[in-house]
Amino acid sequence: MALELSEAQDLLKSAKKGDRRSLSRLMTYIESGNIPNLERTQCWTLGITGPPGVGKSTLIGQMISHWLAMGHRVAVLALDPTSPVSGGSFLADRVRMDQADMREDVFVRSIASGSNTGGIPNYLGEMCFALSECGWTRILIETIGTGQSDVRIFGYAQRVLLLDGPDRGDIIQAEKAGILELADIIAVNKSDLPGSESAVQGLKLSLGLSENEKREVHLVSALEGNGIADLISTIESCEVDDSRRMIRMRETLISNWDSLLLNHSQIDLYLEKLCSGSITVNDAINSMIKEIISGGK
Amino acid sequence: MRIVIAKPGLDGHDRGAKVVARALRDGGHDVIYTGLRKTPDEIVRIVNDEDAEILGLSTLSGAHDSLIPKICQKLKISDLSNVVVFAGGIIPDRDRADLHNLGVRAVFGPGTPTSDILHFLEEVKSRKNNGQEVGIGQDPGWHWN
Ligand SMILES: Nc1nc2c(ncn2[C@@H]2O[C@H](COP(=O)(O)OP(=O)(O)O)[C@@H](O)[C@H]2O)c(=O)[nH]1
Ligand SMILES: [Mg+2]
Repeated sequence: MALELSEAQDLLKSAKKGDRRSLSRLMTYIESGNIPNLERTQCWTLGITGPPGVGKSTLIGQMISHWLAMGHRVAVLALDPTSPVSGGSFLADRVRMDQADMREDVFVRSIASGSNTGGIPNYLGEMCFALSECGWTRILIETIGTGQSDVRIFGYAQRVLLLDGPDRGDIIQAEKAGILELADIIAVNKSDLPGSESAVQGLKLSLGLSENEKREVHLVSALEGNGIADLISTIESCEVDDSRRMIRMRETLISNWDSLLLNHSQIDLYLEKLCSGSITVNDAINSMIKEIISGGK
Repeated sequence: MRIVIAKPGLDGHDRGAKVVARALRDGGHDVIYTGLRKTPDEIVRIVNDEDAEILGLSTLSGAHDSLIPKICQKLKISDLSNVVVFAGGIIPDRDRADLHNLGVRAVFGPGTPTSDILHFLEEVKSRKNNGQEVGIGQDPGWHWN
């Protein structure tokens, strides 16, 4: 482990000088828990959440071009779900990002969500700090858009864009989970399709029910590139909301807690015992916590 | 393992590549799919940025005799010599030896059961764990088929 750590440190050093091979390997090191000393100062992050198929990857592809034109270096961390059955994943977000495979000032890394129940691996924060330290000025995180990941992203990104589609069902989903309340920026995609306008009206209605609502609802087409410039300027002028610090910390805490539990070496044993009824959930939690504290996890 | 499945060449069919990608996912691997019509430079770039251990090249349109060698060459000069490369698709038997000489470790014809590819990957993994050379820029002595 000590050796790996010093290697991670070396990789960070050469990645900062612009070596892409090192940057990519550094991401792998961080994934496996070898975190170099990071400055952890300011880092610009945007989370993009919304149901699968709504157009998150396609929109990111469009936004990349705008940020490049502004002189930024854009990094994308694109999450896709890990299959709970096989443990494998199919990672295809970058297919929708045209600029991803050629330009020096774009870096796209696909990430399997892993067994983490929140759909966001807890090393994501370290990846962002590392990217920022290596000179990436716009860091975008695409969530898997289902389950807890919508909420958990608030623990990792300074600002979060909720992307919805013309399908009313999607919006109800977001409303239920409280994402609509939390999201810093809201947009409806697929303006080229019927139903998108009424989706905007529906969202405005939901937002209008709460007083002091200042957020607008953007209407864009990631496919045709409409409305993207406006959306970017809203994102750029969006101020990091300090009143959300508690929410962010809460999500970060829960996420790290989850992964402690999920990475417990005896978890399968405890699950078996629970299934056979030989212990209660409380028994399991109590002894798992003890083992975590004693370091013998 | 982290596996990139790429489609070099200009043909617009990626059904086969996607079937393989999904089968590898179901075999427990993390599979990055590149999409259609990627140039050798783009494929090498994706393998680098995704830090993949394995690259699977799917080809229908004769890309094997020009594009695959190019990709292999570029991997070697890009500090990616230990990436394991396999090929799949329509590749005439007489061209297999050339691919093996390049360091391509397996060639799967159309209709290969996906379990065969999974077994190949298991073999690769155990060879890597034993410190044996299986990368594209390493001793090309061993190949699967
Ligand atoms: N009509 C239309 N289709 C879109 C638009 N944006 C994305 N799509 C399509 O929606 C599908 C899913 O897009 P993707 O970006 O992968 O969605 P994600 O799962 O949210 O990342 C793809 O077939 C896209 O081509 C849009 O603005 N209009
Ligand atoms: Mg996507």
